[in-house]
Amino acid sequence: MIELRDLTKRYGNKLAVDGLTFTVRPGTVTGFLGPNGAGKSTTMRMVLGLDAPTRGDVRIEGKHYGELREPLNSIGALLEAKGVHGGRRAYDHLLCLAQSNGIPERRVGEVLEMVGLQDVARKRPKGFSLGMGQRLGIAAALLGDPRILMFDEPVNGLDPEGIHWIRTLMQQLAREGRTVFVSSHLMSEMAQTAEHLVVIGQGKLLADTSMAQFIAENSRTHVRVRTPEPERLRDALVGSGLRPVTGADGALEVDGGDAPRIGELAAEHRVVLHELSTQRASLEEAFMRLTAQSVEYHAHAPGAPAAPPGAQPPGIQPPSGTQPPGTQPPPGAQAPPGEQPPPGTQAPPAWGTDWKKGRRG
Amino acid sequence: MSTQQYEGQAGYEAQAVPQANWPNGIAPYSSPIPMARTHLGHALVAEWTKIRTVRSTVWTLSVMFALVVGIGLLTAGTLSGETYTGMPLLSTGLFGLMLGQLGVVTLGVLVITSEYGTGMIRTTLTACPHRGRVLLAKALVFFVLAFAMTTLACSLTALVNSALLSDQQIPSYVEEGSFGGTVEGGTLVASSGEWLGATIGAGLYVALLGLLSLAVGALLRHSAGAITTMMGAILLPVVVGPLMQTSEALRDVGQKLVEYSPLNGLASLYRIPMSDDQDATGWPLLGGLAVVTLIVLGVAYALLHKRDV
Repeated sequence: MIELRDLTKRYGNKLAVDGLTFTVRPGTVTGFLGPNGAGKSTTMRMVLGLDAPTRGDVRIEGKHYGELREPLNSIGALLEAKGVHGGRRAYDHLLCLAQSNGIPERRVGEVLEMVGLQDVARKRPKGFSLGMGQRLGIAAALLGDPRILMFDEPVNGLDPEGIHWIRTLMQQLAREGRTVFVSSHLMSEMAQTAEHLVVIGQGKLLADTSMAQFIAENSRTHVRVRTPEPERLRDALVGSGLRPVTGADGALEVDGGDAPRIGELAAEHRVVLHELSTQRASLEEAFMRLTAQSVEYHAHAPGAPAAPPGAQPPGIQPPSGTQPPGTQPPPGAQAPPGEQPPPGTQAPPAWGTDWKKGRRG
Repeated sequence: MSTQQYEGQAGYEAQAVPQANWPNGIAPYSSPIPMARTHLGHALVAEWTKIRTVRSTVWTLSVMFALVVGIGLLTAGTLSGETYTGMPLLSTGLFGLMLGQLGVVTLGVLVITSEYGTGMIRTTLTACPHRGRVLLAKALVFFVLAFAMTTLACSLTALVNSALLSDQQIPSYVEEGSFGGTVEGGTLVASSGEWLGATIGAGLYVALLGLLSLAVGALLRHSAGAITTMMGAILLPVVVGPLMQTSEALRDVGQKLVEYSPLNGLASLYRIPMSDDQDATGWPLLGGLAVVTLIVLGVAYALLHKRDV
């Protein structure tokens, strides 16, 4: 269990983390969601005692990080910056970490096998791809067989198979009774993995809720109807208590209506329909609506004036400054049913093209 | 390190009995792996693994070794059988070590700054949140390794010098005890003090200089910055000092600068001091260096606890 109480971190004039209070519980995967620069990594560094909070407190199983007797057995972490010396072989990297906590050496081989790196155990990580680097970081996190696992953007740089693997791994770890706390800036990724959701924006807590409740509250459904006689249909709909809105392309959008009833209504009034469909707003859109006020870096088309906060067109993601190209999960691989992948999502690179590319720290 | 066996999957399933009062009916996880309460011993073993598994350690220490022994052999070979130049028997070992010490200084800096440069420091401090323990373990492991390697290289060079240079022709006007060296019965010999200075003394001095570099690295957290700082501290006094001595007003300052320079300490251990005090043995300067090193290490220790990583 991780407990945060009024956790605050100030860098100069900027509040990176602003009074966060929430609890991460065992037995479930808790998603930690926020746009880039929202303070997710800073929060995680404070959990690990790497950064000292300006105010407030964070405790792991009731203790401060520095008071943990067997740190790697209490909590295993994968931080965004890999935290690996590029010149030290993968096996030796894990060995020195194991030794620092008195973990038997055979555990090193076990975790290497668990993450599928046994064949490169004697290689130096500076030649690793981003995905292999992530796997090595996950191996280090699993080394002490910890009760709490914390992953900062774990799917970064993983191929579809790797994304599936980490997702399954996190859920399995949670089922074993562990606390799993995982950050991401992709709502669609979290929707597939997490049962509980903590959303922050500009360091402030925006939501602390179960995933099911978040979906229920935020995925607005509406019925879309297209007809050559919009005025007649509108009158019919208004007549039966519905509130149709005319969409951009002239179609009517009915909030809260259900498609069969509208179809019957149209048949009663003998209105010809060209389209009748139920539309679900994507979770990604819901997430963007929630965080629109707090997105730090807005994307806008070249030449166009900067979009005011909240007026962001759906589907445009904040620029991923810390994310190298080619690391966006591919469409389809993770989008839940009924959800549109945002335009501009890149296809994954071909196998092996990112080999030796991942030399960023 | 624990050599205990532990059960595999079967072990923890017995412990993880689902209970209704836990969230989702799942009991908190408990690992089958035996855990020991961590102490300095764990940190020392881990730091030893770290220092021996990077190539920079092999490179810097090999370069030091090659320079000390190589230059020692060259000078001894050149001077062997020639007329006595006035230098004590073991003193030519200094020339190789003046360059070789830079390898130890570089390693001292890299031991700590490479962790900051790669982000490894976060992993290290997550595995061992006792920051002081990490710094102490790093310092101890590095110091012992640097001392052992440097003393070995210096001792080899001293043996070569004593074997090749004792046949120098001593002119008749050289009296015993003059010229800094020790002459007995017409041949050049080395006193036990000279032996001690040229082996263990030189090894200690350079290892301390490396430890100071480690402390400076921990303060600056930047490889190039820390290496440059240390090179400056070693080389500048012997460049600027003599320059200052050409001016009437600054002569005393220049002399003090040379007298207390790190290189003069090393040269004095070899009995060829750069200052006017020709009887200097280098041991007081070694003590001074130890004090400075401990102070800087103390500041690094305090700041390590204060700063975010």
